[in-house]
Amino acid sequence: MTRTCLITTLLCAAVLLGGCTGVKSYEREMLADPLMSFSRDPVSDMYIDHVYDVREGARGATTTQGGGCGCN
Amino acid sequence: MSLRNVHKTAVFTLAMLIATVASQAAMPAIGSAAPDFTLKSGTGKNLKLSEHRGEVVMINFWATWCGPCRQEMPLLNRIHEKYRKAGFTLLGVNIDDNSANALAMAKKLGVTFPILFDAEKRISRLYDVDGMPSTVLIDRDGKVRYIHRGYRAGYEDLYEMQIRELLKQ
Amino acid sequence: MRYGVCAVCALAGLLAWPTVQAAVLPEDRTDLMYHQYSGGNVTVTGPALLVRKSAGDTVSVSGRYYMDSVSSASPDVVSGGSPYRDKREEFGLGVDVLHGSSLITAFLSSSRENDYLADTYGLNVAHELFDGLTTINLGYSQGRDVVQRVDTSFEAGVSRYNIRLGLSQVLSKSLLLGLSYEGISEDGFLRNPYRSARILGAFSEEIYPGTRDSQAVSIRLIKGYASDGRPVGSSLRGEYRYFRDNWGIRSDTLGLAYQQHFGPRWLAEFRYRYYQQSAALFYSDNFLTEMTYMARDKELSTFHSHTIGMKWSWAIPKQNILFFERASLNFAHDYVFFSYDDYTNVFTGQLYSFGANVLQLFISAWY
Repeated sequence: MTRTCLITTLLCAAVLLGGCTGVKSYEREMLADPLMSFSRDPVSDMYIDHVYDVREGARGATTTQGGGCGCN
Repeated sequence: MSLRNVHKTAVFTLAMLIATVASQAAMPAIGSAAPDFTLKSGTGKNLKLSEHRGEVVMINFWATWCGPCRQEMPLLNRIHEKYRKAGFTLLGVNIDDNSANALAMAKKLGVTFPILFDAEKRISRLYDVDGMPSTVLIDRDGKVRYIHRGYRAGYEDLYEMQIRELLKQ
Repeated sequence: MRYGVCAVCALAGLLAWPTVQAAVLPEDRTDLMYHQYSGGNVTVTGPALLVRKSAGDTVSVSGRYYMDSVSSASPDVVSGGSPYRDKREEFGLGVDVLHGSSLITAFLSSSRENDYLADTYGLNVAHELFDGLTTINLGYSQGRDVVQRVDTSFEAGVSRYNIRLGLSQVLSKSLLLGLSYEGISEDGFLRNPYRSARILGAFSEEIYPGTRDSQAVSIRLIKGYASDGRPVGSSLRGEYRYFRDNWGIRSDTLGLAYQQHFGPRWLAEFRYRYYQQSAALFYSDNFLTEMTYMARDKELSTFHSHTIGMKWSWAIPKQNILFFERASLNFAHDYVFFSYDDYTNVFTGQLYSFGANVLQLFISAWY
């Protein structure tokens, strides 16, 4: 129950923030830079996420999309 | 959290969404006088918008970090070359923090129309630019007639049509 | 699943909302990599290739190839975990379509080993709102696996379902926030057929539940810093992920990374990662009696790990890159130290711990 509350609150807060941030289109120079990207090198990020996925119990909610494998 | 509460939150969020979208500021209204400005150009000279009264003017707001802007500029250059003798001017207002980058990019793209530097974003704020690129078409009387946001393949044909229409007036 | 329905309705509503800013296709690029993992008496090496090209204004196609070549003498193997696996190949194909302010991605991927086949296919929709300051993501994928053994005619299946929800929000000119949720549901033969559990010192077959449901939520923050001549000279990022599943595993992941440009050509990244997890309810290093479910996979044990790493990128000079717009040479090294609290090394009888070196060498080119 509290998890649902938390997710809904976070989503609503973020959605509301969207209208209030006030970053104009002509001020987005920094945001377009690769250093501000969530995943600058997809192949590298996919590989390192795979290395962890194979050796840990946790999976998901990373910056890359995983496929399946028999890496138990 | 009950389903009823989830629904209440969703309705509240939707209401806020509508409120924020409705309250956003806008670019100059169609038919209003285009705000005048003076900016330094790539040639070193200052360029003033009102000096071009009597001509059809297209202001294109662009940046080196904006992909669609870079795509559009060679096409705009072609339009500029085609119609400048008929009384058409294209002003490329660049908003990069570093104007040297802008000049280098314009050269690389083979652009010959005037590049103006708005590094302080004064003119972007004056026109309340809300999308990159943004294109404003101004008629011979200095009135804003068309505004375009973003760039998609085929927009350049629409620009040509509108420029021809304004040149005839 | 109730929130799944809510999410779909919300997204459908948002897709209909008129917006000014249009989304963009991912950049055209090719990356060729050599990777190597070496640790715990396991060495895994191989190439990875990613090619992405746009077709026109609104479509981008990508293809991916990945290979793992394994050689292993780890304690895990000796106690029965996968002695035969030596090569795994993975192929991936994706199509991205731009439609107004939405980016729709369809993908499929196929993993092949001599005793495991995995096929995954999915769809992802990313929609921009508020002039591109907010991006909402919804993804769904399904997988079908076939589990086999090299030494017998054993065969079983696994079905996997993933749902992903994400939100990316611009907080200021130089601050970006990312929130992500992923729910995974699996059913079928969920264990490694070669691995054994231990009951009072003797090896016996592992018994796993037929289903596994998990949820993960993560938050990411990226802060950019300007410098002379560059809009972003350096950036700092932090991330936290919480994971839990119905096998009783709870885990926390914490990551920190700092990237900085040095001169016109060099880009360095320094990173640290901490991971900890609590064991699955049916995990034990050595069971005292037979239980309904028994597992001895160290992945399901109580352990933590620290990683320190760096990545160096060198921009290749213009004259050397033929027709490419940009190209870079990259090298990454991560050192990961695993420390287990309730898994022992069968060779020594001690609690297991080991360090691993993860190396990447790759070339990237944009066009």
